[in-house]
Amino acid sequence: MKYLTQFFNSLFLAELFKGLGITGRYFFKKKITVQYPEEKTPQSFRFRGLHAQRRYANGEERCIACKLCEAICPALAISIESEEREDGTRRTKSYDIDLTKCIFCGFCEESCPVDSIVETRIFEYHGEEKSDLYMTKEKLLAVGDKYEEQIAADRAEDASYR
Amino acid sequence: MLDLILSIYEIPVINILVKIVAILVPLLLTVAYFTYLERKVIGYMQVRIGPNRVGPRGWLQPIADAMKLMFKEIIFPSGANRVLFIIAPTIAISTALAAWAVVPFGAEMVLADINVALLYILAMTSIGVYGVILAGWSSNSKYAIMSTLRTAAQVVSYEIAMGFALVGVVMAARSLNIGDIVQGQSGSGILGWYMWPLLPLFVIYFVSGVAETNRAPFDVAEGESEIVAGFHVEYSGILFAIFFLAEYANMILISVMAALLFMGGWLSPFAEVSFLGLGSSFLAGSSIIWLISKTIIFMFLFLWFRATFPRYRYDQIMRLGWKVFIPITIVWIYVVGIMYYAELAPWFIKG
Repeated sequence: MKYLTQFFNSLFLAELFKGLGITGRYFFKKKITVQYPEEKTPQSFRFRGLHAQRRYANGEERCIACKLCEAICPALAISIESEEREDGTRRTKSYDIDLTKCIFCGFCEESCPVDSIVETRIFEYHGEEKSDLYMTKEKLLAVGDKYEEQIAADRAEDASYR
Repeated sequence: MLDLILSIYEIPVINILVKIVAILVPLLLTVAYFTYLERKVIGYMQVRIGPNRVGPRGWLQPIADAMKLMFKEIIFPSGANRVLFIIAPTIAISTALAAWAVVPFGAEMVLADINVALLYILAMTSIGVYGVILAGWSSNSKYAIMSTLRTAAQVVSYEIAMGFALVGVVMAARSLNIGDIVQGQSGSGILGWYMWPLLPLFVIYFVSGVAETNRAPFDVAEGESEIVAGFHVEYSGILFAIFFLAEYANMILISVMAALLFMGGWLSPFAEVSFLGLGSSFLAGSSIIWLISKTIIFMFLFLWFRATFPRYRYDQIMRLGWKVFIPITIVWIYVVGIMYYAELAPWFIKG
């Protein structure tokens, strides 16, 4: 009997019609496509995109050249040189992140004791040559200056979970 | 002497050329927009939108695709047989288009009204396989030759089932002329169509047609996930486009033949049906609109199948063709014979 039902089921293509029914139903369903440049999916405040270096409110750069980020970076993308400034504080002479090496793990941000190096929400950037993706200290500070408001807001939102 | 020849042939030749253009231009446009429709339909069934960037709602997408393919370089693989490499797509497209010569679009609208039209179409679709075989062999590639082997075996197997399915139609209509076959289905509206007494043959014809054109779920010849693109893996540019064109022209041919042979072609489903008084309204008239809408149903089925079914395993394809379809068709040909002698109305009344 079981064999017979199976025989007739396969002869009359029962399963195949069931499949057609499912795709037929989905044909009329509401489409879930996000039309990217015009529409965007919501982003988390923890989004890890382009790097930035922040400053304090008085304009002093935060980075103290402790080199923790350089040490933790699993992709060895960060290279730092430090010096003693005239006022006696330790500061970076150069702070470079090679974005072609970076894996956007966010460890640099985690390791930073002064919240200097951060990853922003920016992901729509490009470089026309390889050196465009080599972020120097000036470039990182410029990004930080430009998006400080957003960066601070994201950190504030994340703070309650830490 | 030359004048005499010209005076005899001039008018008919131009007449025929105009008819050819009148068939091929809409056909090629349909092919172009069939590819667009395919991407849209499959997209919709996968809860996506499909192409909508080129032109309003993506309507210019097929034209953009064609332009891109035309300007691309044609690459000849090293060790390829250059002559056959070019002849192969030529065979594929010429047979796919030549088959349209005998397809009638209305009672009088046919380019070549020949008495062996059905055989001619079977012959043309069979020769089309040589295009695939030569393409796979001449391009000196493992994947292409694998695909060629599969295609050759698959098409040969399904041609038998398809031929048997058509034998049923020929028995019912007592003619190989497609116009006569359509006329044989007239008289009682939707009930007069051959799809009712020949239902198993109808299903088998269409499924074999899907297999013949190497479409999903019988697309082992292309098999993107295993042999990358099959027989045309080494083709690029316009030569690739020609294979594409031939495949879609064949799909439309299978659809239009299914509409003509089993669903009454240009006959209206409401003709001579007294129900609701439709039998006398404009809906009851035969017109090309009916043929087109019936064809579109089958064209949509091709896409629906592709969006639904996973690819058959090769041995399953062979099993289905030889051990399921051919026995069913043979049995049903006997049943058609019984119906023929019983003069089953309204299909088998001797005229």
